[in-house]
Amino acid sequence: MDLAYSPEYAAFRDEVRAFLDSHRDLAPPPMQRGKPSEQAKAWQQLLIEHGYAARTIPKEYGGYGAEPDILKSHIIAEEFGKARIRPGHDGDNRLVPTLLELGTEEQKRTYIPPTIRGEMTWCQGYSEPGSGSDLASLSTKAEVDGDDFVINGQKIWTSGAQYADMIFCLVRTEPDAPKHQGISYLLFPMDTPGIEVRPLVTMTGEATFNETFFTDVRVPTSQIVGRRGEGWFVANATLKHERGGLGDPNQAESRFHQIVEMMREETLDGEPLLSQATYRDRLVALQGQMLAMKFNGMRVLTHNVRDEEPGLPRWIVKLNGCELNHRMAEMAIDILGELGVLYPSKGFGGHRDEDVPYLRDAGFWQQRYMMDLGLIIGGGTAQIQKNMIGERALGLPKEPKVADPRFGGGAA
Amino acid sequence: MEFALNEEQRMLQESVRGYLEASCPLDRVRAAADAGDTRPADLWEGLVDLGVHAILVPEEYGGVGLGHLEAALVAECLGGAVAPVPYVGSSVMAPVALALAGSDAQKDAWLPRIARGETVFGVGVTEQIGSRESGGVAAAGGTLTGKAMFVLDGADADMLLIADRDGALHIARAADADVKRLPTIDRTRSTSEVSLEATAAEVLPGSTGSRAAVLATIDAGRTMLAADTLGAAQNMLDQAIAYAKERRQFNRVIGSFQAVKHLCAEMAAALEPCRSLVWYAAHASRAIPDEARLMACHAKAHLSEVGRFVARTATEVHGGMGFTDLLGLHYWFKRIGLDRQLLGAPEIVREEAATVQGWV
Ligand SMILES: Cc1cc2nc3c(=O)[nH]c(=O)nc-3n(C[C@H](O)[C@H](O)[C@H](O)COP(=O)(O)OP(=O)(O)OC[C@H]3O[C@@H](n4cnc5c(N)ncnc54)[C@H](O)[C@@H]3O)c2cc1C
Ligand SMILES: Cc1cc2nc3c(=O)[nH]c(=O)nc-3n(C[C@H](O)[C@H](O)[C@H](O)COP(=O)(O)OP(=O)(O)OC[C@H]3O[C@@H](n4cnc5c(N)ncnc54)[C@H](O)[C@@H]3O)c2cc1C
Repeated sequence: MDLAYSPEYAAFRDEVRAFLDSHRDLAPPPMQRGKPSEQAKAWQQLLIEHGYAARTIPKEYGGYGAEPDILKSHIIAEEFGKARIRPGHDGDNRLVPTLLELGTEEQKRTYIPPTIRGEMTWCQGYSEPGSGSDLASLSTKAEVDGDDFVINGQKIWTSGAQYADMIFCLVRTEPDAPKHQGISYLLFPMDTPGIEVRPLVTMTGEATFNETFFTDVRVPTSQIVGRRGEGWFVANATLKHERGGLGDPNQAESRFHQIVEMMREETLDGEPLLSQATYRDRLVALQGQMLAMKFNGMRVLTHNVRDEEPGLPRWIVKLNGCELNHRMAEMAIDILGELGVLYPSKGFGGHRDEDVPYLRDAGFWQQRYMMDLGLIIGGGTAQIQKNMIGERALGLPKEPKVADPRFGGGAA
Repeated sequence: MEFALNEEQRMLQESVRGYLEASCPLDRVRAAADAGDTRPADLWEGLVDLGVHAILVPEEYGGVGLGHLEAALVAECLGGAVAPVPYVGSSVMAPVALALAGSDAQKDAWLPRIARGETVFGVGVTEQIGSRESGGVAAAGGTLTGKAMFVLDGADADMLLIADRDGALHIARAADADVKRLPTIDRTRSTSEVSLEATAAEVLPGSTGSRAAVLATIDAGRTMLAADTLGAAQNMLDQAIAYAKERRQFNRVIGSFQAVKHLCAEMAAALEPCRSLVWYAAHASRAIPDEARLMACHAKAHLSEVGRFVARTATEVHGGMGFTDLLGLHYWFKRIGLDRQLLGAPEIVREEAATVQGWV
């Protein structure tokens, strides 16, 4: 156990802090929907130049090109989190790592530079009405015609499809193959003829995701990542990266501090909520859960630095982290009581169009409460997480398979 | 930055665990519990040979001068084996208090004896946290009068370390006091009521004037109880997983039913972060003094909650078998049940955590 950072890392932390102090005025607001603003793009460019975004992405693909150093990346994330300043991004944390791992040289050169600059945005076309948790059963099909795939079918829950320039999409190219072996991973522009996007309003009141329809959409066969029929494995490389990002303990800690502040300021019968024993007890219980996950994160980090597989401590992060965030939002709402249910019909920030008296934090906590439930479902539901923990980490047997006549090879 | 056990710490834990697996199987626990023997000579000596009691005793007093993390790793092993031996009071809280607040003469007299396993201390600080049944001890002119409740390791003790109403700590001979065992659900450890009537006692000079020494002693005890619960709960989870892989119903092993699999996953998801919390709290006790009290509170309260959840859930996975004496799962269940109440139940400890942060 040595929780101190060596002088090299302590100095690096100072550098990051100094940068944040002198540049914080340039940072865009924390949450923005839609295409990145000019300010957001300029900020991202500045961060790349300083090595605080796209840090380990090679220079030839527009990144900063540093040697991977997990501790430095961690310090950057921690300092931006503490300062509550919008961090940079690595383009798209699902797509870019996949391209780096499995893309052709040309795909890397074409897509990674504009993506990390924020000039090219992406959506993920995986889920379908009939294929959610059982993603590998997907049925959107792509048939080869000359040099093109011709795509027909439907995706759903496609977050950001209404703004995205491009999609990375799973399609079935080998209908007779066993279910996991008939899928391919394609990249194509969202303005390709035959694509129709219909926004779906979520329970938060915002249209964050969409239904995406494909009718005879022609995509050159060169737009495949990996080989035909190997899309499942390509996608899993991406899912691994996506899962790593959900349930981040830094976020829970920063939310917790917001809640403490709120309990100092909000009053009931003229007394701050923090002075009410029942609420305080819940707050401290939540703090205990948050700290346990924070230290679990430090343990995972140490394993990662040593290039060891963390095992169980990593398997539980998505499940526990999303649950914890949701409990934080629950607590915040309960602190506000009746005030906690005030909400603009268009969701967080919708108070600009609608007068909602006494609204706190622009409706942030209700929005988080609902959105965090979405994140408990998205990216692999809690139940699927528990299956994985039970089977992969604890070694419990899988359910007996039910034969699926839709696919070749008899695999379920 | 390194959040992991080092090689020596892993080896310490391996050797204590290996010893307990060999020398303290369930039959041995059962025999000791049935006989009301919470300090069996063979196990006590075996642990002395491993140097377990010397961990927190400084080197100049014949100990090995290791830290709270090492002690917590041992506590985790003892909880895992439901070992019927004194530890948290006698081998952790007593040497911590003596090293912090004892006079040179007191340290010379007692620390080497603790390290060698020759003296067992019972530790009575319950009333510093909350008094029931008119518990409380008053000090006057080198004597103690009153009643100390739930004295840890009390029935096995040669000597007593008792807090008076102001939090000053005193050493008295167990033979001079009326020490009555309070039989609890957990027959693997002793807790006692100690009645004192102008009983001769010697104050630890560093414990007067401020409550710092008694609080640090309580912190150490809380972290160890949390570690004990961690070990006991991990063992119950391991037993539940093993049982779920083996027990068949409906022509399937029950671990293939999602209802059972998800119970196991929920236990693992709740318990695994607890390990990091206990490590952090134990490490903080010396390395991050500003956080030591808070983290001891969190470890104690959070492990109590998760421990309770694991104890009942692991029992459930075993079906009717879990409910029997024969299987013996209840020894761990009860160990966790006692840990939860000692040195403050979660509500009490969380309120202290709030106080420490200036929220009260
Ligand atoms: C906010 C949000 C954003 C999203 N963004 C995207 C996106 O950008 N692109 C995209 O492709 N998808 C996206 N999704 C879709 C997401 O991946 C799916 O919702 C998720 O995989 C679950 O699939 P489903 O909704 O079809 O639910 P189902 O799979 O139908 O699940 C319904 C219920 O059954 C349970 N269940 C299913 N199978 C099992 C099993 N084997 N064992 C136990 N329980 C089971 C589930 O846990 C759940 O409780 C998003 C979802 C949300 C909520
Ligand atoms: C206090 C007590 C009194 C009793 N009295 C009597 C009595 O008088 N007479 C008598 O005949 N019996 C009696 N029993 C036995 C009782 O009926 C059984 O314990 C009970 O039916 C469970 O069976 P089991 O113990 O074999 O557990 P198992 O069936 O082995 O179950 C073990 C675990 O697996 C789970 N499990 C098993 N099958 C499934 C499944 N299909 N889906 C999901 N989970 C599953 C269970 O929920 C449990 O968590 C008593 C039991 C108790 C605890």
